[in-house]
Amino acid sequence: MMKRLGLYAALILGAIVFLYPFLWMLSATFKPELELGGFHLIPHRVTWENYRLVFTRIPIIRAFVNSLFVSATATTSVIVFGAMVGYALSRLSFPGREIIFNVILFTMMIPAQLTLIPLYTLIVRLGWADSYQALIVPGMMSGFAILLFRQFFRTIPPSLIEAARLDGCSEWQILFHIVMPLSKPVITTVGILTFMGIWNDLLWPLLVIHDRRLMTMPQVVALFSIGGLAEARVGAQLAAATLLALPIIVAYAFFQRTFIESMATTGLKG
Amino acid sequence: MNQSRRRQRKARRRVEAIGYLMSFPYVLHFLVFGAYPLAFAFILIFHRWNIYLPMKWIGLGNIRFLIHDALIWKALWNTFYFVLIHVPSQLVVALAFAALLNRHLRGRTLFRAIYFMPVVVSGVVITILWQQLYAQDTGLLNRALTAIGLPRIPWLTDYRLAMPSIALMATWKNVGLYIVLFLVGLQSIPRSLYEAAALDGASEWKQFWHITLPMLNPTILLVLILSTIGGFSLFVEPYIMTGGGPANSTLSGVLYLYKQAFFFNRMGYAATIGFFWAMMIFVVVLVQRKVVERDVG
Repeated sequence: MMKRLGLYAALILGAIVFLYPFLWMLSATFKPELELGGFHLIPHRVTWENYRLVFTRIPIIRAFVNSLFVSATATTSVIVFGAMVGYALSRLSFPGREIIFNVILFTMMIPAQLTLIPLYTLIVRLGWADSYQALIVPGMMSGFAILLFRQFFRTIPPSLIEAARLDGCSEWQILFHIVMPLSKPVITTVGILTFMGIWNDLLWPLLVIHDRRLMTMPQVVALFSIGGLAEARVGAQLAAATLLALPIIVAYAFFQRTFIESMATTGLKG
Repeated sequence: MNQSRRRQRKARRRVEAIGYLMSFPYVLHFLVFGAYPLAFAFILIFHRWNIYLPMKWIGLGNIRFLIHDALIWKALWNTFYFVLIHVPSQLVVALAFAALLNRHLRGRTLFRAIYFMPVVVSGVVITILWQQLYAQDTGLLNRALTAIGLPRIPWLTDYRLAMPSIALMATWKNVGLYIVLFLVGLQSIPRSLYEAAALDGASEWKQFWHITLPMLNPTILLVLILSTIGGFSLFVEPYIMTGGGPANSTLSGVLYLYKQAFFFNRMGYAATIGFFWAMMIFVVVLVQRKVVERDVG
């Protein structure tokens, strides 16, 4: 019984360590500057001043729309092309298939730091600096997504696909009307991983986007915080950070199990 | 007979054609955004280039500069320092919480979800939040210390403490992922092993050392490698929190690369740093693999 109590005490202590900073952050965004040093979670006096400063100083709504557009487009592309290539690699036999498979394995071994600068110079030379293409196109395909789709498609009974072929379905119809509807788990996994990766990324947008109208949300929030626009107002910096965290946290609140299971598959990368 | 064989061949050709068609976008994308930058990296290394003027061949100039560049070695040392603190604390905390969670108890999924939350939130958010927690006078951590009569800690302003502070924050952010990975690992250990050990009178502690740890070896290796690569990719935290300071004590490889490219327009040298950094990652991961695999054998 004592042991059980100790176990729960440890788990609850852990929960406080991980949860309290977030709650404090949320409450701090409604506190006047003088109250910020306090540990209390309910502001004595609620103010909207911090959010007002965020919305008037930086194009946060525009940045939100940019981030949403970029993440959604790239994610859709990663899913559609990932499924296509995954299907070709697992269900169609053609000479060169193994080469493509090995190329994918090879690309996954290369640290991103190696190609970061050449990729950046390529974007500049294509004339894509300060454009949506710069944010979207390099991330439109993912080797890891292809491998996940390939793995999943191999578990679909071949007889199902054979039957559809005999019925006169084209490979495209088989992929999009028969295989894809069966693949919700892998689509969600790829979708969550890709969307989160792009939504949260800071380094790439910092390199290719300098026009404030095209900046993504993490970029705008980071520059707000370090660039002096927040006038060193802590509450406002935290308000901007809260707005950036909000969409992912809301999604996480509803689909936490799917999020966790998806992220756990990154373990397969190693 | 002949006709059906011809039809079969025709069908096979069709499948092959569709296979190529479906793979084509990826191959094209790989050639332009994968293979080309990779090949171009090896050209850039031998050039001086500010992106606007023509490239200038300087042979091994960049590499010679890198060898004598105190800042890159500083960044490498900082990264080792980060990894040295971050990885062991990550392993211990993650394993401890995974062991606690790996039993029948109420609210298990809720606890897991709470520990995992910082993993899904952007590093930008986490860093801005922790910057306030670490703040010298108003930060909650120092307020808590002074409340119980202890002196303030200069978390981010002392060059000896800044990197450990960032490592502590990174552990807080990422440990949830490793808890989940360890949970998966723990659940794959057959119950029968523990039952047999318990019959032989092995204490719970002994069971942990002789069954759990050896059986978790693949997960430990995975966590080791993932968190080391994470350490070598450190960027957002020092970029927002410290800008690499104080006294370059939190300068990371990627931050240095970014500064060379962005502030000084030195594409050749930045690419050389990227190449050097990738080599370091390869070497470190290789060594880790060797060491951990030998420990199993």
